[in-house]
Amino acid sequence: MFDITSDDLSAIILTLKLAGLTTLILLSIAAPLAWWLANGKSLGRVVVQALVALPLVLPPTVLGFYMLMMLGPKGAIGGQLESWGWHHLAFTFEGLVVSSVLYSMPFAVQPLQETFSNLGRRPIEVAAAMGANAIDRFFTVILPLCKGGFAIAATLTFAHTIGEFGVILMVGGNIPGETHVLSTVIYDYAESMNYEAAHRLSFILLIFAFAVLFTVYALNKRFETVKL
Amino acid sequence: MTSEKVLQVQGNIRHKGFQFSVDCTLPMQGVTAIFGRSGCGKTTLLRLVAGLEKVNQAKVHFGTQVWQDKGVFVPLHQRRIGLVFQEHSLFSHLTVRDNMLYGYVRTPQVLRRFSLESISILLGLETMLDRRIDALSGGQRQRVAIGRALLTSPQLLLLDEPLSALDYRTKSEIMPFLEHLSQHLGVPILMVSHSVEEVERLANQIVFMDHGKIERIERLQQALSRVDSPLFRHEGASSILMAELANQDAGDGLSELVLAGCRSILWIPKISYQQGEQVRVRVLARDVALSLIAVIDSSLLNVLPAKIVQITMQDEARVLIKLLVGVQTLFAQVTQRSLRQLQLTEGMSVYALIKAVALVG
Repeated sequence: MFDITSDDLSAIILTLKLAGLTTLILLSIAAPLAWWLANGKSLGRVVVQALVALPLVLPPTVLGFYMLMMLGPKGAIGGQLESWGWHHLAFTFEGLVVSSVLYSMPFAVQPLQETFSNLGRRPIEVAAAMGANAIDRFFTVILPLCKGGFAIAATLTFAHTIGEFGVILMVGGNIPGETHVLSTVIYDYAESMNYEAAHRLSFILLIFAFAVLFTVYALNKRFETVKL
Repeated sequence: MTSEKVLQVQGNIRHKGFQFSVDCTLPMQGVTAIFGRSGCGKTTLLRLVAGLEKVNQAKVHFGTQVWQDKGVFVPLHQRRIGLVFQEHSLFSHLTVRDNMLYGYVRTPQVLRRFSLESISILLGLETMLDRRIDALSGGQRQRVAIGRALLTSPQLLLLDEPLSALDYRTKSEIMPFLEHLSQHLGVPILMVSHSVEEVERLANQIVFMDHGKIERIERLQQALSRVDSPLFRHEGASSILMAELANQDAGDGLSELVLAGCRSILWIPKISYQQGEQVRVRVLARDVALSLIAVIDSSLLNVLPAKIVQITMQDEARVLIKLLVGVQTLFAQVTQRSLRQLQLTEGMSVYALIKAVALVG
């Protein structure tokens, strides 16, 4: 049943590339953002928190539509890029990465925010008293003490990006090798009544999704006991 | 360090009905306790000194160093302060050794005054350096936290209720270490506490705080010589007798002390101090009885000649009597009836009787 065509394989590779890149970028953005959300006191915090959570409730097509507008040749971002002599981002792989980063934002920010809140300020304050500057503190105290949260954030982001469909369809179109990722391939197969091929890929995703959730819950359990 | 260092703190915070307003100069010698009930701003004062509380227009000067003032803010990691909190703040991903060395390796070599070996011996941690943090008891963890702070060779040690999360036994296990620190290491200590016992055992001077303000700053002996001292609010009056350990093992499980300033002998249950070391003995006023003659045929071991300085009525049954034993103040709580029957008056010579078992060194 797993006789995957070369087109399928390129879609799988493209999907993994998209999810991997999104995860890397997102973790580096989400970490400082989540830190600020967990420790800040200003009112702006609530606004940002709501903005970050938007993709959870918004139909992906809505987000995708606005992203398409923004990234396209006449959009705020796309237009700016064009004026600098670069290409706009609609229907490109880069456009997908930007959109995925926004779309998966809550899946990275929320677990990180939670571990940071659990960590509290104490370890950081003590580390500072012992002469560690902010960067030093991040790598020697925050990262090792919150590694569970980082692992969960990374896994969820990766998995959620693999599963996205609506945003991809709006922003990416369906260009083979550029924006033709797994979920759209499955859609295409189903549209053309090729149920066997659709089932093949769907089943892979199903198993993958289960494995990811299993990992997350197992991690959660393991890291529960680490805190003193 | 013989220079007369002072810590100058000035700052105002208004936060949801809580007003904190402090302007003080604290001598940086020995142990300074910040004492007051919870919510009076003790911890805020400590955090202001550490630079952890963001306060505009605050002023913090430590000796000649400006830590905070107009346009100046030295971040905590450059202040060289040792911080010890109430609850465990050890790094659970590191061993005891790596916790202890975290600040040490970040301290420039020329500034290091202590070694891992000497501090672990001082705190009795030498056999557990390779243990994981979660394999330690509460008292051991707190000792690691103190050792870790000391290994940064701090200019100032800030302790935020360092003993309050510990049970009685563990507390009495750590207390001697803290006393030892303040006596021998030459690091000034600023300690937040709401425990009278901690303050009496450790402090040289006390900052009394109430409702976000400093009420007064007094030396311990001064604070303990006032009948209306805030230290007496909960457990009633108490006194600290300063004494020198004359014989640690004087038989029958007792230690023999000689009171400072007079020749009187004090017997207390055996303590683990060195011969000749200074010991503070805490005496609750309700554990002191008075007699007109030196009673020898009673079970009370300690009979100290004393002079009545002041008699204060407390309620209809009880009186608080302030005594001088040599030059030291001792409070005794007796009934109005005893006062009348013994015809006690100010200026009279009496004997203070104290049960040895009531004393803790």
